[in-house]
Amino acid sequence: MDPEDQARFEMLVLPHLDAAYNLARWLLRGGPDAEDAAQEAMLRSYRFFHGFHGGDVRAWLLQIVRNTCYTWLEKTRKVKDMTEFDEQSHPGASPTPEAIAIAGDNRQRLSHALDSLPPHYREAIVLRELEGCSYKEIAAITSTPMGTVMSTLSRARRQLQLMLRDPAREEAAHEL
Amino acid sequence: MSCERTDTVLDAYFDNELDAIGAAEFERHLEQCSECVKALEGLESLRSSMNRAQLYETAPPSLRKRVLAVLSPARPAPGVLARTRWPWLAIAASLLLALTGWQVASFHPGDNPESMLAAEAVDAHLRSLQPGHLTDVLSSDQHTVKPWFDGKLDFAPPVRDFADRGFPLEGGRLDAIHGRAIAALVYGRRKHLVNVFIWPTSESDASPRGGSRQGYQWLDWRRGGMEFCAVSDTAPADLDQLQRLFTE
Repeated sequence: MDPEDQARFEMLVLPHLDAAYNLARWLLRGGPDAEDAAQEAMLRSYRFFHGFHGGDVRAWLLQIVRNTCYTWLEKTRKVKDMTEFDEQSHPGASPTPEAIAIAGDNRQRLSHALDSLPPHYREAIVLRELEGCSYKEIAAITSTPMGTVMSTLSRARRQLQLMLRDPAREEAAHEL
Repeated sequence: MSCERTDTVLDAYFDNELDAIGAAEFERHLEQCSECVKALEGLESLRSSMNRAQLYETAPPSLRKRVLAVLSPARPAPGVLARTRWPWLAIAASLLLALTGWQVASFHPGDNPESMLAAEAVDAHLRSLQPGHLTDVLSSDQHTVKPWFDGKLDFAPPVRDFADRGFPLEGGRLDAIHGRAIAALVYGRRKHLVNVFIWPTSESDASPRGGSRQGYQWLDWRRGGMEFCAVSDTAPADLDQLQRLFTE
């Protein structure tokens, strides 16, 4: 990359490192994987930077982060990580309703609940509520039509509310 | 819900994503539908508890270091140098900056005062993100931050905490804009940082004007003999919201 592009990259893309890590952390549900995936995504965005011709740089970067994370999940066969099979075989990976109820602390409760949402619900919530993205940006990042973004976000919120209100109904919520 | 409105419209209204006509229509509907009013309150309470929980996870320093190291192996980024090998250089540089004011922004002869202000404010913001530079007084208590400025400035900046509105006060420090000492208040916003620079002005109140520069948003306004300039990498709407909180 020539020095001018390098400088542009540092000025435009690097300030969004937090956003990249935050999305990776929530998509991969924490751990060292999130850091590795965020790093990989930053390097990918660096390689692809010449293909970026202006526009919403954060959305562009987050799209790369998302793709990296989903590839990561597939590689480690965690893409169906929210199926009942996975929950039963890895009870530690996803908090049980009891665990959510016991975790009285607001932050812990919310983060447990969020971690147990299916990935596409979780990413909608994270992008909207944590990252403050508009529907249009979420549509661009997740490569889904606006209408789908709207309904996904709406369902994700209802499920989250349900889990927080009555953690025992988490199982039922999963079937929605 | 038995109401004929779909949740999607409710969410879009809540997220400010309906057009003016759609929003007006939904507001008329809200006047007669207690169910939707209740659902809206539910969304509001979910959002505020998520805000309070501060779920945003910022990049760990180790990741930042790794990324910077890989990006420019031949020319280590200043941040890496400052942190690892030449801490004294960073300290000397910051002293120099504090003494002389920051003049890195490249001003062009034709630049208007507004873009010069934006350049200075964004530079001050970037400088504050250097390790150890963010706050001189680290406190979320406005009653601690406000007196801290006493005797350090020739004016009393309005120091307010907006934690319950999603902008927790994180601290304050002295900074310089236009070559004069000013107050900088630091707010958190979903783990992004917002600097609000405040200094006295003799000009009359002015409504907010803003823009983006080097990937950062800025918003400037004047009110009650004070000029305010907010800078952050958060969404422009967040700065609008913070501006409204300040003028409430």
